[in-house]
Amino acid sequence: MSEQRTPLVEMKNISISFGGIHAVDNASVDLYPGEVVALLGHNGAGKSTLIKILSGAYRRDAGEILINGEPADIHNPRDAKKYGIETIYQTLAVADNVDAAANLYLGRELRTPWGTLDDVAMEAKAREVMGRLNPNFQRFKEPVKALSGGQRQSVAIARAILFNARILIMDEPTAALGPQETAQVGELIKQLKREGIGIFLISHDIHDVFDLADRVSVMKNGQVVGHARTEDVTKDEVLGMIIMGKVPPKAIPGPGAMQMA
Amino acid sequence: MADTTNTAHFNRARSAAENPVKRFFRATEIDTRLLGMVGAMLIIWIGFDFLSGGLFLTPRNLWNLSVQTASVAVMATGMVLVIVTRNIDLSVGSILGFVGMIMGVLQAELLPQVLGFNHPATWIITLLAGLSLGAAIGALHGMIIAFLNVPSFIVTLGGLLVWRGATWFVTSGRTVAPMDATFRLMGGGTEGSIGATASWIVGFLACLAIVASIINARKQRKRFGFPRRPVWAEYFLSGVGCALVLGAVAIVNSYPWPTNIARRYAEANGISWPEGGLFIAHGIAIPVLIAIVIGIVMTFIATRLRFGRYVFAIGGNPEAAELAGIKTRWVTVRIFALMGMLCAVAAAISTARLNAATNAQGELDELYTIAAAVIGGTSLAGGMGTIAGAMLGALVMQSLQSGMVLLGIDSPLQRIVVGVVLVTAVWLDTVYRARAK
Repeated sequence: MSEQRTPLVEMKNISISFGGIHAVDNASVDLYPGEVVALLGHNGAGKSTLIKILSGAYRRDAGEILINGEPADIHNPRDAKKYGIETIYQTLAVADNVDAAANLYLGRELRTPWGTLDDVAMEAKAREVMGRLNPNFQRFKEPVKALSGGQRQSVAIARAILFNARILIMDEPTAALGPQETAQVGELIKQLKREGIGIFLISHDIHDVFDLADRVSVMKNGQVVGHARTEDVTKDEVLGMIIMGKVPPKAIPGPGAMQMA
Repeated sequence: MADTTNTAHFNRARSAAENPVKRFFRATEIDTRLLGMVGAMLIIWIGFDFLSGGLFLTPRNLWNLSVQTASVAVMATGMVLVIVTRNIDLSVGSILGFVGMIMGVLQAELLPQVLGFNHPATWIITLLAGLSLGAAIGALHGMIIAFLNVPSFIVTLGGLLVWRGATWFVTSGRTVAPMDATFRLMGGGTEGSIGATASWIVGFLACLAIVASIINARKQRKRFGFPRRPVWAEYFLSGVGCALVLGAVAIVNSYPWPTNIARRYAEANGISWPEGGLFIAHGIAIPVLIAIVIGIVMTFIATRLRFGRYVFAIGGNPEAAELAGIKTRWVTVRIFALMGMLCAVAAAISTARLNAATNAQGELDELYTIAAAVIGGTSLAGGMGTIAGAMLGALVMQSLQSGMVLLGIDSPLQRIVVGVVLVTAVWLDTVYRARAK
């Protein structure tokens, strides 16, 4: 089925190295509209680096990025945003000392006809979006620093969906959250999926992944071990891919698959 | 709709539980930190007045204090933006010296050859040249910091030495004087003040602006149905704002011209010399007016423009700002260029006031500027600071110095006191912030 459609994102043969270390080596992943693809792997396997190339934080040394089948030129975060790619970083990447509205619109501020910041309009829109995500949120006048982990997370997510993202990258979205907030983020992912947004989910939590993702791509030492549909593999098999690079029969092996001697 | 009612309930429930003082501060949204600073300054003022036997709180001393503060206050507004982005600028005193010397040579030696002495355009050509030069020097520092990744401490430490040395080379150490007559007005003095009538006009315009901005802010919030301040708080804020402005005008208007100058003026204008002497008020000094306008413009830049928003976002989290797509390097360049321009304004004020450009002009000003910003609540960790606070900080520093001069305290002891006050002020601020959390 999915083979006939054009992928939303196709990252082909991506490589990047830092000072001689191949952080990502010839990796290829793809993502279809309304799909959640989980990227799995140990710390330092290259997941975050690969995804930062897509979000424009790093520049690739080699490889190609296609958005809707067309080559995309992504050199910095602004370019990525032009293609509708929004990222929620592991570190949340919010400016601690300004308020929620300022964070939502950071880099894309609304302005009055005189060129000044239209804080009131931004606050109005922020109240609307935050009301949808987290109806209890009322602290619009305080710097983000004063908020709880979950509230900061909802600010980061609101920022990503505020500008009609088509591709959402979530790097460990639940790492800083309690169980209830994690469930909220899960609900949100399902809702965004129904709206046809493609989501790359980076996570350590294999349970989360099986709940939310349609497919998994596993990385090890900068290379892709393999891809699989979550319904075709068990959690143990995926763990085997993560830890040993062993590819189960129903998965598609990548360049990083364990060589069968 | 449901949302706003909820908020209102919430706020009411919260304020009922608070004591009247807390409710007052919440309703008026007054920055308690700034209020504390004003309080500290009043204590300093009253203390000096008491110790000097009533010499400190006189129109004459307060007027002089305002003029003496102007140059450092102008630079402190820029230093806030520099420190907010986790940088520092140690070169402002040297830039002041260098730009001041160039402006001095330009108006006293070069332009008269072309335009003749006291040509009406001399001052503006000089000032524009100075502003461009200051901006260029600042931009150069900013580019080295942003694009070559040299820490700002080092770049501006180098700048401190380079521009001080360059100042010497312009005239081989010779002092340049006198300045152009119109240019000199920027330094204050008897002629460099706008007089009583104009001061009242400025004061009333300022009151109108205060009331208009409060009404406008309220309208905006009403339009979107946000929580608003209680009406009594709005009246209170307008009242206090206007009272402060008009009070300050009244003070500067009660400082008369010195008898000799007034007598000369009377003779020149054919006014007969009255029995009790002629009372001509100074009014607001031009350098003070310049500093106030710059304070307003810088506050506007810092809070109402995208550039200011980026400055604070970078200070709060440089990585997040970069990832949000802000061109952080160019913002840095622009901050330092702005700082250089403000140094040029300060240079104009201080050379005009001294009526000469010297080698040592602005020496140690970098430290007073940084101290003013820090006393005014700018955090060296970045992300926090206000323009008004820094200007108030400059006023506190200058009050201490003038007060000690009035008391006849030796200059080595003055420095010791200023140093101790700086450290104590920052320590108190740290304690305040830790408790506020």
